Amino acid sequence: MERFDAIVVGAGPAGSSAALTLARKGFSTLLVERGRSPGVKGMFGGRIYSWALHDLLPDWAKDCPVERFVVRENLAFLTEDASLAISYDSPKLGQGRASSFTALRAKFDAWLAKKAQEAGAMLVTGIRVDDLWREDGRVRGVLVAPKDRVGADLVVIAEGATSILTRAAGLKRDLEPREVSVGVKETIELPVETIQERFGLGEKEGAAFVFAGQASLGLRGGGFLYTNQSSISLGLVVSSEDLSRKKIEIQEVQNRFRLHPAVQRWIRGGKVVEYSAHLVPELGAGMMPRLWGEGVLVAGDAAGFLINNGYTFRGVDLAIASGVAAAEAAEAARAAGGMSAANLAGYEKFLRARNVLTDLERFRRAPLYMKNERLFDVYPRLLMEIAERLYTVDGSGKPRLADIILEEATSADVPKLKMLLDLLQGARSM
Amino acid sequence: MSVLVSGMRPMRIIVCIKQVPKAQELQVDPVTQTLKRVGVPSEINPPDANALEIALTLKDRHAAEVVVLSMGPTSFDESLERAIAMGADRSVLLTDRILGGSDTVPTAYALSETIQKIGGYDLILTGEETTDASTGHVGPGIAGHLALPQITYVSEVQIVDGTVRARRTAEDGTEWWQTKMPSLCTVNFGCNKPRSPTLTGKIRVKRGGVIAHWSCADVGIDPKKVGLFNSPTIVAKVDTIRLPPRAGRMFSGDARESVRALLDALIRDRVIVP
Repeated sequence: MERFDAIVVGAGPAGSSAALTLARKGFSTLLVERGRSPGVKGMFGGRIYSWALHDLLPDWAKDCPVERFVVRENLAFLTEDASLAISYDSPKLGQGRASSFTALRAKFDAWLAKKAQEAGAMLVTGIRVDDLWREDGRVRGVLVAPKDRVGADLVVIAEGATSILTRAAGLKRDLEPREVSVGVKETIELPVETIQERFGLGEKEGAAFVFAGQASLGLRGGGFLYTNQSSISLGLVVSSEDLSRKKIEIQEVQNRFRLHPAVQRWIRGGKVVEYSAHLVPELGAGMMPRLWGEGVLVAGDAAGFLINNGYTFRGVDLAIASGVAAAEAAEAARAAGGMSAANLAGYEKFLRARNVLTDLERFRRAPLYMKNERLFDVYPRLLMEIAERLYTVDGSGKPRLADIILEEATSADVPKLKMLLDLLQGARSM
Repeated sequence: MSVLVSGMRPMRIIVCIKQVPKAQELQVDPVTQTLKRVGVPSEINPPDANALEIALTLKDRHAAEVVVLSMGPTSFDESLERAIAMGADRSVLLTDRILGGSDTVPTAYALSETIQKIGGYDLILTGEETTDASTGHVGPGIAGHLALPQITYVSEVQIVDGTVRARRTAEDGTEWWQTKMPSLCTVNFGCNKPRSPTLTGKIRVKRGGVIAHWSCADVGIDPKKVGLFNSPTIVAKVDTIRLPPRAGRMFSGDARESVRALLDALIRDRVIVP
C-alpha cells in the first residue's frame, strides 16, 4: 500500500497552500484533486485579496496569473430601474500586501498547485476521494471506490463547500437551507480595449462592484461584478432559503439582474462563455465544523472560512491562510509526537496568528445582520426615493435635504426605532 | 487463491496495446490521405483496453503479473502510464526511429521478438484490431512468430487448472475453446468496461520507473526486417465516402398536430410499432 506523511484532499487554494507548506516542512505529501486539472471544478466570485499569498510566496506577483489589480471599488444600490452608487478610487488599492486582484480559477489554482509540486508535493488529478479511511477512532488515510486506499498519518480536508468528507468524518453536521446561499456566476467575454475604455481602467487595472437591493429581487443576497483581462465575472449570491420560500429560480434572478440598466451598461455586447453555480456557506464562524480530529484537519471553504460582510466577499485569502496554518499545526504535532487530536489542537492558535479566526469572529454578526430582509428591500428603495427627490428639479418647489430624508423615512413601512436599531447593528457587525 | 504455472512463480500476462487518435476526433489529412496523429487527443486503442481489462480481471482472481507492451514513439508513454494507473504492473515501449512506417508484418515480428526478450509469459492478450487501421493482423502474427496456440475474437478468459478457457464470438454464436499455456487471445471490442485509473495506480506512475524504453538493438531486432521499406502493404488510394442526401421531411405548425403527424408517418413506415 502507498503511504504518505500527509494527504491533502482538494487542490484549491486551501489544499495547494497546505500541500506546499507541508512539503516545505519535509512531509511526504500527496495532493489529490477530483478535477482533470486544478481549478476546473473550482468556483468563486472572482477576486482574491493578496495578503495571504504574500506570506506564502513573497515572489507571487512574478508569475501569478493575475487578471487585473482592483483599483476601484463600487457599491451600488438598485431598485427596479434606478441605482445609487458609491465609488472609491485609489491607486493604493492595487499595491503591496493590501492589494486585491481578479483571477480565473482554472489558471490560478493550476499555478498554485504547480508551486506545491515544485516544493515537493505529489499532485494526482482526476481522482475523487470517496471517504476517509478510519480505524480505531482515527483517520488513517483516504478511500477511493471501489477498493483503493492510501495511508497517511494526517489527512487535510480541503474539499470545498460541499464538505462531504468533513460530514462523513463527523466533524460537521448536514447543512440547513438557512445556512447556505447559492452562488451563480457568468463569465462574459469582451475585448480588452472595450473593458479598459468602458470602465476607465489602465492596462492591469481592474474594478470591483457589489450590488445590493433589487440586484437579488429583494431576496437576501447581492450581486458582484469583477473585471478580468478580457472578460467580466458577473454573479449573485442569494439565500437558498428565500429562493425556495418564494419559489423563484436562481436563473430568473440572474436574468433580471443582468438586464438591470446599472448592470447592462457594463456587459453590453459581451458573450457569455461560462456559467457556474456553487453553494456558499453563509453563517461564518457560527457554522464552523470541528476543525481537527484524530489524524485530520479541515481547511478552506470546507471549514466555513468565508466572510461576507456586505461590502467585501472573502474566501480565497482565508483558504490560503488556513492551508498554511494546517501545515504549521502538523509540524507542531509532529514535534509533539504524532497527529493525535490533542497535538493538532494547536491549529486554532495558528489560525488566530494568521487572523483567520479573528476576522471570522469579528464579522460573526455580519451574516446574521445580512439576513435582515429590510436591508435588501426597504432601505435601498428609501435611499433611491431620497436620491430621486434630491436630484429632481421640475419647478414644483424643493424642500431642504433634512426634510426630504425625514419625510421619506417616515413614509417607509418600518418604525423609526427599528430603523435606528438596524443602523446601529449594521455599524457594529461590519 | 493463486494458480501457479511453470513452477513457483505467478502467471505472467503480456498485453499488447497501441495508442490511437481518439475515435471521436479522427481527422484525415486532406493532402496525404492518412490519419492525423500529431496534435490530436489520443487513447488506448479501445479493443486493447478491453484486453487489458481481461488481464486485470485475471490478476484480481489469480496471482498474476500484468506487463503492458507497445511499439511506437515516446508519446505512447501517455497510454502506458494510463495502463499502469489502471493496475498493470509494468510496461515496455519498443521505440526506435528505424521502426517508423512499419506495417503489420514488421510490427508482429518486432513485438514477438520483444515478447521473447520479456520472457516467462503464460498468456498474451491483444485487441481484435485497432480502430485506426482495422487489420486484425498483429495478434495472429505474434502467435505465428512465437508458434503459440491462439484463440481470436474472445470476450471472456478463464484460467482453469493451468489451461486457458476462452469464449469466442463466432458468426453464428459463441464457442468455448480451451488451450494450454502459453497461448495468445485477441479480444473483442466492447466486451467489457475497462476500469478507471486508481489513486494507487496514479501514484505509482508519479513515482516513476514503470516504463522501460527499449530500442531495436536492446531487443536484438534485425533492422532489415522492419520499417517502411520492409512493409509489403501499399496504400494505393483513399476515398472519402459521400453520404447520399437524406429524404428529410419537416413537420411544423401546431406542436400537438405535428407530433401526431410524425408518429403516424413513423408507424406507417414501420419505424416504430404502436
